[in-house]
Amino acid sequence: MSKYYLGIDLGSTTSKAVIINEKDEIIGRGITNTRANYKVAADIAKLEAIYDARFTLLTQKLEAEIAKKPEFKKYIADTRAVFQYLQFKHRVDRLTEELLKSASTMRTESKDLVVDHIRNIMDKIVPEIRNDFVEGDLATKNEFFRDIVSERYNREVELIDKELFESLLLAYDKSITPVENEMVKYDFEKLVYEALDILDEKYNGLAEESTAGESLGFDVELNLLKGNYKQAEDSLKQHIGDIARQEIHIANMVGTGYGRALLPFPDDCIKSEILCHAFGAHAVFPDTRTVLDIGGQDTKAIQVDSRGLVTSFHMNDRCAAGCGRYLGYIADEFNISLNELGPEALEADRETNICSTCTVFAGAEVRELLNVGEKRSNILAGLHKAIVMRAMSLLARSGGVRNEFTFTGGVARNQAVLKYVGQMVAESYGDDIVMNIHTDSIFMGALGGAMFARRNIEVDLPAKKRKAAKAV
Amino acid sequence: MKSLESIVERCTELAFDLNFTHAKEWKAEEEGRVLVGYMPVYIPREIIHAVNGLAVGIMGAGDRKQIIKGDAYYQSYICHIPRGIIEMALDDNLNDFDGFIFPAICDVIRNLSGMFKVIQKGTFVKYLDLPQNFQSHIGGEFYHKEMEHILEYIEKINGARVTTEKLNHSIELFNHNRRLLEMIYDLRQKYPWRMTNVDLYHIVRAGQVIPVEEHNEILEAVHDHLQKDIGVKQDRIKVVVSGSFCEQPPVGLIKSIEMAGCYVVDDDFMIGSRWIQGDVDDASGNPLKALAEAYISRSPFSSSVYDVDNPKEGRLADLVKKRKADGVIFAAPSFCDPALLDSPILQKGCDDRKIRYIGIQYSENTGQFKVIKEQVGAFSDSIKLWEDEPVAV
Amino acid sequence: MIIQKEMIAGLFKDLASVKESGKKVVYTFIPGNLSELIRSFDMLPVYPEINALQSGMRKKSGEFIREAERHGHSEDVCTYVKCDVGMMIKGNIGPTGEKLPDPDLLLLSYTGCFTFMKWFETLERLYPGVPVALIQSPYQEDATITPEMTEYMVKQLKEEVIPKMEEVSGQKFDEEKLKGILKLSAEAEDWIVKIFDSTKHRPSPIDAYFAGVYYIGPINIGFRGTQEAVDYYKELYKEVQERIAKGLGPITPEGVMKEEKFRLVVEGPPNWTSFREFWKLFYDRGAVIVASSYTKVGGVYDYGFRHDSEHPLETLAEYCMNCYTNLNLPQRINLLEKCITEYHADGYLTNSIKSCNSFAAGQLMMMRELEERLEIPVGFIETDLVDPRYFSYSNIKNRLESFFEMLEQRLLIEQD
Repeated sequence: MSKYYLGIDLGSTTSKAVIINEKDEIIGRGITNTRANYKVAADIAKLEAIYDARFTLLTQKLEAEIAKKPEFKKYIADTRAVFQYLQFKHRVDRLTEELLKSASTMRTESKDLVVDHIRNIMDKIVPEIRNDFVEGDLATKNEFFRDIVSERYNREVELIDKELFESLLLAYDKSITPVENEMVKYDFEKLVYEALDILDEKYNGLAEESTAGESLGFDVELNLLKGNYKQAEDSLKQHIGDIARQEIHIANMVGTGYGRALLPFPDDCIKSEILCHAFGAHAVFPDTRTVLDIGGQDTKAIQVDSRGLVTSFHMNDRCAAGCGRYLGYIADEFNISLNELGPEALEADRETNICSTCTVFAGAEVRELLNVGEKRSNILAGLHKAIVMRAMSLLARSGGVRNEFTFTGGVARNQAVLKYVGQMVAESYGDDIVMNIHTDSIFMGALGGAMFARRNIEVDLPAKKRKAAKAV
Repeated sequence: MKSLESIVERCTELAFDLNFTHAKEWKAEEEGRVLVGYMPVYIPREIIHAVNGLAVGIMGAGDRKQIIKGDAYYQSYICHIPRGIIEMALDDNLNDFDGFIFPAICDVIRNLSGMFKVIQKGTFVKYLDLPQNFQSHIGGEFYHKEMEHILEYIEKINGARVTTEKLNHSIELFNHNRRLLEMIYDLRQKYPWRMTNVDLYHIVRAGQVIPVEEHNEILEAVHDHLQKDIGVKQDRIKVVVSGSFCEQPPVGLIKSIEMAGCYVVDDDFMIGSRWIQGDVDDASGNPLKALAEAYISRSPFSSSVYDVDNPKEGRLADLVKKRKADGVIFAAPSFCDPALLDSPILQKGCDDRKIRYIGIQYSENTGQFKVIKEQVGAFSDSIKLWEDEPVAV
Repeated sequence: MIIQKEMIAGLFKDLASVKESGKKVVYTFIPGNLSELIRSFDMLPVYPEINALQSGMRKKSGEFIREAERHGHSEDVCTYVKCDVGMMIKGNIGPTGEKLPDPDLLLLSYTGCFTFMKWFETLERLYPGVPVALIQSPYQEDATITPEMTEYMVKQLKEEVIPKMEEVSGQKFDEEKLKGILKLSAEAEDWIVKIFDSTKHRPSPIDAYFAGVYYIGPINIGFRGTQEAVDYYKELYKEVQERIAKGLGPITPEGVMKEEKFRLVVEGPPNWTSFREFWKLFYDRGAVIVASSYTKVGGVYDYGFRHDSEHPLETLAEYCMNCYTNLNLPQRINLLEKCITEYHADGYLTNSIKSCNSFAAGQLMMMRELEERLEIPVGFIETDLVDPRYFSYSNIKNRLESFFEMLEQRLLIEQD
């Protein structure tokens, strides 16, 4: 039986789970919001990772076929996206239920109006989300439930009568957390079949559209697929049953991250996130010698050797300025969602000089800047730059950037941060520095944890083996 | 004579030229000239001048430099000035400097001297251990020897031997410089509307980075201008600003104080340039002794000087009285132990003497002054409202 | 440990009964303390820093600091000062619960810390009329003590400190008596060096930081130059030898440390408000501190300095100038390098203290320099001396765990 290893990274903002196989390859990922409860967050992320792993195993059965027909890859990716959507759909439906429930128990006169609005909002955003998964690329963005829904829900609320604003947000706040913290179990087999049906629709649609003889958005893969996707589908179907019944044997697991101490794991299954992030980043980019991780609560600058082992590290000092939290605070200050910060900052024509890196003072500074008519995007750009400057100081403290540089953590998804990190690394250490950012950057800690979990079992460090032998 | 505007413009440029272009040009003009950078607060610039040197004040990078390396060297709870200075040292701002002097004012500047030693900046790095014993034959003699060490360092670089004549000549020039500054401060006390405090700040600060001869010319011209009836008197209170002896307040802060309804009639910004109260004897046979004597007996009160028998609160009160000020603004840098530990002492002194005051904190790169403006505005308004009540000093 | 406790309790008892005994009280500081001289005039010392740290350990400091802040002190400044000021405002009740006597002399031995001066300016005003004697220790800016530095100090002793002590105590300066005391100082210092040198052994029989602060207690708080101190250190040394013979590790509050996993050199003072929790974070992980700069604030004996009874005033001067925080940064780096190498440390840890710029300013550079010179793994944490608001347990734990895990990884690989 194959062995798998689980790494769980309990961050202060998000919890991540990664499952790897015996070759250190990621086969499953799960991510959720940590806000409510570390333990629940860990379980949800883990469960999600297991479904994801099953799906990976399923698609691995098609390896031979993919090798012959590369366009199948696209099909598989699409299936995965829809599969994710379907899991998501369960939760959204639950959210709608909860929303209506909490709205109908409200003691305001406008209760009925609120219920109507919630219906309308959900009727609008649910198909939109479906579309973003099925037709768009939402599935590849590693975003999680709360972020995806909140962004759209808030946007809709903004359009509605100001008087209902509070009630609508109140209903949302009451409903989102219980839904988020619900352990939802799915029937894997059923879910994949459903996904395949949806894809049938999509590809049939494509076939019809293209009868006019046009090519499909110049997409070669799609063009190829529309004729023969059925073949891939059939192959998948042959294996679904087996995979659904297969046990995913987690041989060992390691927990890391800010909340790691809360995990019910034995001592040697808890590792600090410094080691895990470094190990994970190094595994993905083996030439990495410097890792910068900006997470919710901590920023870390880590130097690693050729084996991925930490030689030195620095973490931000007491104040949380320069961490993800700072961005969260700023988002609140501007009343926009975290995901919108980066894109808006990129629209700036210059960076407003922000002096206070202290979260508390920065708020006051921002308000004053807005008062004197400074452009919002410019202020945001300045704030992003201020965070990156803090990170650069940490990097300098830890010995600067050596050789390849890998940027990880949740904040690495923010495009404006990426832009300034790129700029400033080039300014300080030369523009020939290779900077790695991976779409899995947020999973690096969990990946490192999983890799440690695998090594812990094999006792493949000779010294440890010797020690074990001695003990006997 | 140049217009006041053009003088101010030139000084503004010089004051914040973090590359010290003018000083470097001065050095390049002639073989054997040396540049000696010094940190706040006071050093006897006369001795550097006497051996073909230029003492250049490194008063911090203010809000004019992006700090990255500086933050890598300093924890967040340490004041801001050393960050900018180390950043300048690690960049190329301080190239061409031959040596650096760190006067004894606090532990942070003291340890910064060690950092300069570690990164091996300049031919010499001298921590000038200013005496806290104010007796001529004890502290004075020790200080005398400290000055001799500096001269030895410079002699090693350019071979210049100091003579009594040269030193006395230098002392004369700096006496003149201090006298002019004092005259300008006196004029501003009477007619503060004739020149803003920000302009004065730039003029004084420019003097830290150019030869004293040039600065004297500038000050003479400024003094002439200020004797003319220029500007319009406004309804503002007169204040003394205290506590900014080392890390300089951002120009925006000085501006905010003025705009909020105050005339700053005295301050301790760059107090080093006005350190010796009165003249140093420029006709003695032992000028180093004269300088030591001047330090021992005629230093001002400052957070960096132990105030044994001459309590600072009394001296602050005297200054308020001399300048006919309506109140004091304590403006101290964040995380500055000397200034912030002085505040309760000085404020109690003000309470006892019924001198009105407020306290604000800044760092050299503070960018927003809204709160400060509001505070100072309220302070000035309250004094204006109560102006009938005489200030008991 | 018992002897040490008795000695300190004795001092506080003496202080509580000065009214009866008529003994005069001198307030002064640990770095560059002139214990021998004070003792030669039969006066008793009070150390405001010790009071502050004791208040910290007794969880009183938070309240005192807030009290000082209510009286206009900034949140930014040294918390020893604020704790001390707050304690005085609240009646000057000392660590034993008894009121500390007011000073008869304020002896400002200003060594290695500029804030001491500000502290005494504040004290001066709290005790108006009490004579103040200031002695400035020139900084070893060029990594050396020049004759003129010593001369400057000796002059201050002769003309400033001693006359004031004579006046306050009513006794004439007795050089022979001082010489006798200094002889005992040198003897105690010899033992101390031997004790702290014992960390060369594996496992180290003592912890040179957390337990080290107890060991240096007696010489730092006025017992240097007494027979009691000599006896105490002799006894301690004997105990250490026994531990070495039995192969025992250091004693912790929870018994003997089981396994020595990591040997560390620590730079910076400890935190006092959560001293026990802080220490536990180390011994739980098998980390023993084999040398620390903090135990050298009251004197650096590593290079052979001992009080020299033949030159009593000169030796007092040199002693002052030799204290750790009076060393320049290159000297500090060299001293730490020596400790790391001689005591075979696996890691170097900086405990950066918010209050103390004399230590903190430059620590990051020192750490980088040592890391580069010795390729030693380094760690960095931030706490404060006595302000409980600046001790974030989870934050420190998180960083220390990462540091220990990094060391563990390194050690495993080095064993390969």
